[in-house]
Amino acid sequence: MGRVSVAPVEIERPESREAPSSVPEPDVPWVTVVHNDPVNLMSYVTYVFQSYFGYSKDKANRLMLDVHHKGRAIVSSGTREEMERDVQAMHGYGLWATLQQER
Amino acid sequence: MSGRFESLPGGGAAIALDEVEISILRSLAMQLAELIGPGDQPAGGDDPLAALFADGPSKPPEDPALARLFPDAYSPPDRELGAREEKEAREASAEFRRFTENDLRARKRDDALAVVRDLDALDPGSAGGAPAVLELAPDRSRSWLGALNDLRLAIGTRLEVTDEEDGGELLGLPDSDPRKPMVMAYFWLGGLQETLIETLMPE
Repeated sequence: MGRVSVAPVEIERPESREAPSSVPEPDVPWVTVVHNDPVNLMSYVTYVFQSYFGYSKDKANRLMLDVHHKGRAIVSSGTREEMERDVQAMHGYGLWATLQQER
Repeated sequence: MSGRFESLPGGGAAIALDEVEISILRSLAMQLAELIGPGDQPAGGDDPLAALFADGPSKPPEDPALARLFPDAYSPPDRELGAREEKEAREASAEFRRFTENDLRARKRDDALAVVRDLDALDPGSAGGAPAVLELAPDRSRSWLGALNDLRLAIGTRLEVTDEEDGGELLGLPDSDPRKPMVMAYFWLGGLQETLIETLMPE
C-alpha cells in the first residue's frame, strides 16, 4: 500500500507548482482599460462611453478626461468574458482598449 | 470645404455636399473598405459557409493603419510586461483575435460601404450645380460616425499623427508638401465627425 500512495502525490505536484503562475485567481476582477491616442476626438470618446456603457454625461466626460490626461482609464470591470465583450465593442468604435486582471 | 452636419427635427442628421466633396468622401470610403478588406489570411476559400466558421487571424496586421484598427486586446501599449506575462498576453491576444477580428472587419467594411452607397444615391448638379443634401436616419448616422472615425484613424496613422500638438504642425505644412491634401482631408473629416457627434449626443 505504501507504494500506491505515491501516485497521487506525483500527479498533484505539477499542478500545485503551476497554480500560482499560470492560473489567475478567480476572485480578482478583470478590467477594461481605454488608452489615449492622438486621433480620437474628445467628444467622440465621451459619446462612446455614454452610448455603449450608458454612463451619465458627467461620468463619461470624467473618464474621457482621465484617458486624455493620464493616458488611460479603467472604464468597466467584471468577469473576463464580460471584459472581452467590452474590449471588442471598444475596438468596434475605434477606441484603443485592452483588458487585464486588476492586481 | 465647410460642410457640417445639422440635426433633423425628427432625429437624424443632414449635410449639404457639393460634387467635389462627394467625390473625395466616396474615394476615401472606398479606399478604407479596400484597406479593411476580407483580411490577410484566406478564410475558407470560395465557400461562404466554410468562411463563416473559419477562424480569424492570430497575428496583428502588419500595416500600421490596420494594426491601429485591430489592436491586441491583452497587450497594453503603456506597460512593460515581464517575459512570462508578455508571452501570456501575446497568446491571449492571438486567441481573442481569432474569434473577433473577422467580425470586426466585416462591420467596419459595411460602415465604409454604407457611406459609398449613400453618396451614390445623391444627385449633385441636378439643381444647377447646387450642393446635394444628404439626410441620414439615426441608425445610418451611426454607420457614418464609425466610418468617419475609422477613416481618421487610418489617415492619422499614415500621417504619423503622434500627439495632440501635431495638429498645428500638420496644418502649417506648405502647399507643395505631398502630404498636404491628406492633411486637409484629415481635418475636414474631423469637422464632419465632430458635428455628426453633436447630432447624436444623448442628453
